[in-house]
Amino acid sequence: MPTFWLVILLGVLAAAGYVLGRKRALASAGGDAKALHSLPGYYGYHVGLSVLIPALGLLVVWLLAQPMLIESRVSAMIPPEAVPESTSRSLVMSDVRRVSEGLDIAVDQGVLSNRDIRSMDIKETDLRTLLGDVGVALGAEVRPEVLDAARSYRTLSHRGQWAMVVSVLLVAIGGLGLSYRKSQKDFRARNVVERAIMALLITAASLAILTTVGIVLSMLFETRNFFGLHSWTDFFFGGTWAPNFRGDSDLSILPLLWGTLYISIIALIVAVPIGLFAAIYLSEYAGPAVRAFAKPLLEILAGIPTIVYGLFALLTVGPLLVRIFGQGENGILGVDWMSGATSVLTAGVVMGIMLIPFVSSLSDDIINAVPQAMRDGSLGLGATKSETIRQVVLPAALPGIVGAILLAASRAIGETMIVVMGAGAIAKFSLNPLESMTTITTRIVSQLTGDTDFASPETLVAFALGLTLFVLTLGLNVLALYIVRKYREQYD
Amino acid sequence: MTDISQTPSNMGRTEQTPKGGSLLTQNARTRKRNAAEMRFRAYGIAAIMVGLMMLLVLVTTIVSRGTGAFQQTFITLQVELLESKLDKKGNRNLEDIKKVTTFGYAPLVKGAMQTMVEDLGIETGLKSKDMAGLLSKNAVAQLRAYVLENPDQIGETVEFRFLAQSRVDGYLKGRVSRETIENDKNISPAQLDLVDALVAAGVIEKTFNIDFIIGSDASDQRPEAAGIGVSMMGSLFMMLVVLALALPIGVAASIYLEEFAPKNWLTDIIEVNISNLAAVPSIVFGILGLAVFINYMHLPMSAPLVGGLVLTLMTLPTIIISTRAALKAVPPSIRDAALGVGASKMQAVFHHVLPLAAPGILTGTIIGLAQALGETAPLLLIGMVGFIASNAPETLADGLLSPNSAMPAQIYEWAKRADPAFYERAWGGIIILLVFLVTMNTVAVILRRRFERRW
Repeated sequence: MPTFWLVILLGVLAAAGYVLGRKRALASAGGDAKALHSLPGYYGYHVGLSVLIPALGLLVVWLLAQPMLIESRVSAMIPPEAVPESTSRSLVMSDVRRVSEGLDIAVDQGVLSNRDIRSMDIKETDLRTLLGDVGVALGAEVRPEVLDAARSYRTLSHRGQWAMVVSVLLVAIGGLGLSYRKSQKDFRARNVVERAIMALLITAASLAILTTVGIVLSMLFETRNFFGLHSWTDFFFGGTWAPNFRGDSDLSILPLLWGTLYISIIALIVAVPIGLFAAIYLSEYAGPAVRAFAKPLLEILAGIPTIVYGLFALLTVGPLLVRIFGQGENGILGVDWMSGATSVLTAGVVMGIMLIPFVSSLSDDIINAVPQAMRDGSLGLGATKSETIRQVVLPAALPGIVGAILLAASRAIGETMIVVMGAGAIAKFSLNPLESMTTITTRIVSQLTGDTDFASPETLVAFALGLTLFVLTLGLNVLALYIVRKYREQYD
Repeated sequence: MTDISQTPSNMGRTEQTPKGGSLLTQNARTRKRNAAEMRFRAYGIAAIMVGLMMLLVLVTTIVSRGTGAFQQTFITLQVELLESKLDKKGNRNLEDIKKVTTFGYAPLVKGAMQTMVEDLGIETGLKSKDMAGLLSKNAVAQLRAYVLENPDQIGETVEFRFLAQSRVDGYLKGRVSRETIENDKNISPAQLDLVDALVAAGVIEKTFNIDFIIGSDASDQRPEAAGIGVSMMGSLFMMLVVLALALPIGVAASIYLEEFAPKNWLTDIIEVNISNLAAVPSIVFGILGLAVFINYMHLPMSAPLVGGLVLTLMTLPTIIISTRAALKAVPPSIRDAALGVGASKMQAVFHHVLPLAAPGILTGTIIGLAQALGETAPLLLIGMVGFIASNAPETLADGLLSPNSAMPAQIYEWAKRADPAFYERAWGGIIILLVFLVTMNTVAVILRRRFERRW
């Protein structure tokens, strides 16, 4: 792991730089710290940062750019006729990477030497068994073009790695030398160091933007690939979801969207009344003792990981619902409407439980923000407390509560584990809440787990689904935040 | 509404007013209004009760169904390590002993089982193969490992504690009964009779099972041997990555936004961005991780490093939001005083504001970590599920880069398997996960109570 050691080495260089820079600055002032422009430590920091920042920056850029450059160089070497009809260039490239990885391991274990690899003739050597012996399984025989490409991939990667180590170290030593020479008593070390730290702070803050850009770009890119392979009209307006890994699938988002919305609606039907009434009671009626006891307990529900709710749905709520609505004569109601534990109702009810604290604490904040004068006015006119709440407080808080419900809805739409475990896997349009249905998030999980092939529409559709999900939840959030903010301004 | 608007319809009442209308007796209308008041209040109480009851049901379900995983059924057996089977040449050469596969150890276990049953004088029509069927498939492997470690014990009789197979374990825990095993190929009623007899003789007993907490996951066939220890290590390494990246980056970003950022469109965008990132579904971060870290950067699939990176991006908004709140709570007079005695703005922040905000930042970080620890969905997409990591990682690099699982992903994996014995494992795993979360949150609350200063 040369990169790891490189980073350690940079750290050591920076620490040495700190000591050297500090010493030289003090020496230039004849050992009298008062004669320096800045505190002596700043001269040390200056040298240390001059070693670290450019070198680490170069390292990161190199690590990001090298695979891309090598990939495109090697990919251009593969002649178009070497790409078989049924596959794509990216698949051939993944073969190339695997072979080159396998060759690396073989060299590490001493099975092959670098000279063997250079002189290897694919017609004479059985590379597939050879690599299989060192633990790299290949799907098919290695073709000569692939071996050639893998060879140059390997040499390029190795060369790139060494070039990286050398250039990063050169930059680090250069930074050390330059900043060491500058460490004189008149040098304004503090100002320079503070500017550098400021730059670091700004970089950290822009990482948030970078994440969003990363999310959008990565999904947009793969979604474009998906729409190149699959018609967008079928995705948005088709009626069936039937992925078929041999190709020719029906991939339409509509049945998934229906399942998602149906489950979310049931969740909201459970969560909104309970959460809202809990919030009203806690903020308007409950004394401080009840509030101090009930509020944190309710909020525990929000801190429980969703996997726990998922298990609860699958193993407790689902079988309970089957006992009530299924099993024919043996069931509680004596009807046979439900066959399996996974259903829209199972997932919806459990998700509703999860959302109760979400709705209640948001509405609680909002109800508390309604000015006391409005309540006092209403009570003074002779209204009872519940009349005040229904006719004065709630209408005043309504926009905020709508915002809270929208936020809860966005949570419900993006929730994954509960629906993966509780909702089932059948995509269909149905109004029966006792049937199992599937959602956008469950399909993303099922299309992207296991062996994924990034060239087939069945895998790439997950990115289109993800992008839709992202846009949907983002839209709901922005709308909700806008409503809440506007409402707050009204009474501030 | 008010009485005035209803006067026309209340003509009858207005005529009575001069006579009645005492404040001490309630008329029908007041009673109705008071009843509505009581109803409304009852709805509120009911809502809170429902919420708390859900919590209670959830906790009791977890505890009642999960505690079983911490106990396991063991069978104590005297096994004679026959030289004729294990070391035919009799020269105690380790290479030769290694050639005997687990298959070769099976007769020893069968024999030991038969001897034990005969010694106890239990009448049973079972063959020795079916008797040995009470043991876990792990037993022979355990025996072989012991012999390879202590080759000098060959020829002697050694006492072993073997795991019982999951049906026997389930029978002792009440999960399996004679009715439920009618179509079960793994166990027969006759075997259960033997189990009853052996329990009475004290050979089979249920004790605390430390292997569940420190052991590794096992294959589909051996639920009794599965443990959560290795995936706990996976979670630990992910948390290390999250802590090492999210804390410095989050604090740096918050310091900039709270202390230095000028009010302009760029900082506005950053702020809106952060509040939106906090609400992006976690699975979207998993897609990002798959596309960027695995597909583009070719980092290893299933590695805790990748999981940690994804969770870092997910936790960053939480940490930034709480750090900014902590920085905001430090009064401006502290900054003014520092600036007044000649500190630069940077010095005022790093020497005075940041130390005062540290407890708040720490609390927020712990809560963010707890959130990341329980997160499952993004881990499914980067492949931290669906395989068995058998050994605990030994070095830091190994822990970060070799495939592993994480606690919630392991629980999901168990919940997916068909054998109900794994469900008990899943609930047990949840107990451990919740113990971690409760501890972290308690530490956060204590830190806040102990160190938070109010100005």
